[in-house]
Amino acid sequence: MTVGLFIPCYVDQFYPNAAIATLQLLEKLGVDVVYPKNQTCCGQPMANSGFEHLTGGCNKLFLENFSGFDYIVAPSGSCVLHINEHLHDDADPEAAHAVAHKVWELTSFLTDVLKVKELDASFPHKVGVHQSCHGQRGLHLSSMTETVCAEFSKPGSLLNMVKDIEIIPLNRADECCGFGGTFCVAEEAVSSKMGKDRVADHLIHGAEYITGADMSCLMHMEGILHRQGSNVKVLHIAEILNGGEHLQ
Amino acid sequence: MNLATKDHAELAEQFNKDENRVDWHDETLWWIRQKRDKAAHNIPDWEMLRETASQIKNNVLGNIHQYLLDFEAQAQENGITIHWAADAAEHNQIILGLLQDMGINRMVKSKSMLTEECHLNDFLAAHGIETIDSDLGERIVQLAKEPPSHIVLPCIHKKKEEIGELFHEHLGTPAGNSDPQFLAETARQHLRETFLTRRAALTGVNFAIAETGEFVVCTNEGNADMGAHLADIHIASMGFEKIIPERKHLGVFLRLLTRSATGQPITTYSSHFKKPRKGQQMHIVIVDNGRTAQLGREDFRNSLKCIRCAACMNTCPVYRRSGGHSYHTAIAGPIGSILAPNLDMEKYSDLPFASTLCGSCSNVCPVKIDIHQQLYKWRQVIVQKGYAPAAKKMAMQGMTFMLSNPSVYRAGGKMGRLALKYVPFAVNNGMNPWYKHRDMPNPPKQSFGEWYEKNRGGKK
Repeated sequence: MTVGLFIPCYVDQFYPNAAIATLQLLEKLGVDVVYPKNQTCCGQPMANSGFEHLTGGCNKLFLENFSGFDYIVAPSGSCVLHINEHLHDDADPEAAHAVAHKVWELTSFLTDVLKVKELDASFPHKVGVHQSCHGQRGLHLSSMTETVCAEFSKPGSLLNMVKDIEIIPLNRADECCGFGGTFCVAEEAVSSKMGKDRVADHLIHGAEYITGADMSCLMHMEGILHRQGSNVKVLHIAEILNGGEHLQ
Repeated sequence: MNLATKDHAELAEQFNKDENRVDWHDETLWWIRQKRDKAAHNIPDWEMLRETASQIKNNVLGNIHQYLLDFEAQAQENGITIHWAADAAEHNQIILGLLQDMGINRMVKSKSMLTEECHLNDFLAAHGIETIDSDLGERIVQLAKEPPSHIVLPCIHKKKEEIGELFHEHLGTPAGNSDPQFLAETARQHLRETFLTRRAALTGVNFAIAETGEFVVCTNEGNADMGAHLADIHIASMGFEKIIPERKHLGVFLRLLTRSATGQPITTYSSHFKKPRKGQQMHIVIVDNGRTAQLGREDFRNSLKCIRCAACMNTCPVYRRSGGHSYHTAIAGPIGSILAPNLDMEKYSDLPFASTLCGSCSNVCPVKIDIHQQLYKWRQVIVQKGYAPAAKKMAMQGMTFMLSNPSVYRAGGKMGRLALKYVPFAVNNGMNPWYKHRDMPNPPKQSFGEWYEKNRGGKK
């Protein structure tokens, strides 16, 4: 099985450790991973701002870089959802559709494709889990508090395989952090308030780390934590699943 | 209050100047969202109920022409007069005409968001007709000369102390008394006099049954009944999408409506109006006002399934932290943001962007409107029609150029990281909205791409 590693643009530029952990984790689990060099971005920043018509270049690049793989895996629910829903090619719609549905978010790839049952990782800390909306409500990585169904969580089941980790409860299990792409600057006041409220929920429950499957939400919360002078850190879930304690 | 010239982001920023108030507003609505969750989780077949409601409404929207004709024929047979209004102006004119014909200059009105949409109260006032809203929340915002901020809880933005002050000023209660029970009793006495003396009553319509020609009005206060039962003329304003095919379908919607709205199993009053009592006139004004246009927009058609429960508002993290008035339209929140652009795309071009697209609204919607998907689609339409700000357009074109060219992207990313490291003041300043309440990420030494080249360089 050869997996094409799709690293979101802002993770590539600002959070390389999340990408390195994703790569190492997949390699440890016996997957042959290739990172196509000429990838850039899924096009979501433009599309969510109403400029989907400008994403032709991103779509073309994505198809050029990833068409040959059995699976494409990314450490982000949001970018994967965007590709699932919007990757297209007017010249060959079926081929683009096939590629769009080979794209997997990391934690669901681990639970549903690799069927991971154990991990060699330990993380003796109090950890708050942020449910990123696009992964949760878009890709159904976890059950949602609004809907009536049996509870489940793909990221949660993986974190449960990590030794000594303590997952803290939250008052609002799945409220949005307010990042929202260009929303974070276009609607600065509401966006920051949402971020502050989300962070506060983790802090009052004693989190030492906040983790999740989307670095964009974590970047937003990190920006607020830094500004407040907090020692609480954000960490992509791949970094915990990839061993955790090596980071200390 | 001047809501017309500011967009959602500006109005929301104003609302956020008082953080304690934002917290209070958020907590109040979150509490209602939790009550809704509890009510929904008490029905094991909740998701099937939503699906059933959604399918009934899909059927209605697909056959609306026939159902409306059936409803009209049945209602007329029952002795109700049916009026058709193409737009808000015609709706208002019809009502004015009915009142003038009977020489009436004072009317009592129960809750109707359609009359808010049509600005009926102002129109009638300009023609010398006084309207008193009998829903307690509506009456409070009416006394405050404000529009409702929420379609089910019109004065949810007001604290009880503010309501006490309004009652002191307008209804003569003692200054400083904000005891909810005392204020409610005062309102009851005040409205009782209104019910007894008004010859005309207007109500909304929650459901209109094509099979029987009857309509159902849901209230918790019984105020629709009190007005209509005593009046010589009962006028009901109804958007044409309120139709349901048969009486047996009503149970599906009554079970969903209030559980979704407030977490109650059912409204205290679900009143069926079928024919006028002896000597009374009963009229229904069926209103289009843009609904046909929305029906013709394939991507947005199913927004007309809405039964006005406001669950999408209560769950929306943006609504809870920006308040209903920030949407500067009669129907606020996520549903309002997909309805309003249909009425005036330029004026409401900001609303589809007042969302993080978190998707919670679609999850709570009892008739399964894909609200967040429609917000996304409206964004595309609004940009294509040329209503995007010029600066945003330029930024997007610049970003597109960079992200469509791998070498430009790599060089740009590197420059960005170096700039953040060595000239942080270039981005960490007042020009950068991110920086106002959030720090920028610490720039790493190298990108993942650069790390990969060094550590796995041999590979492909």
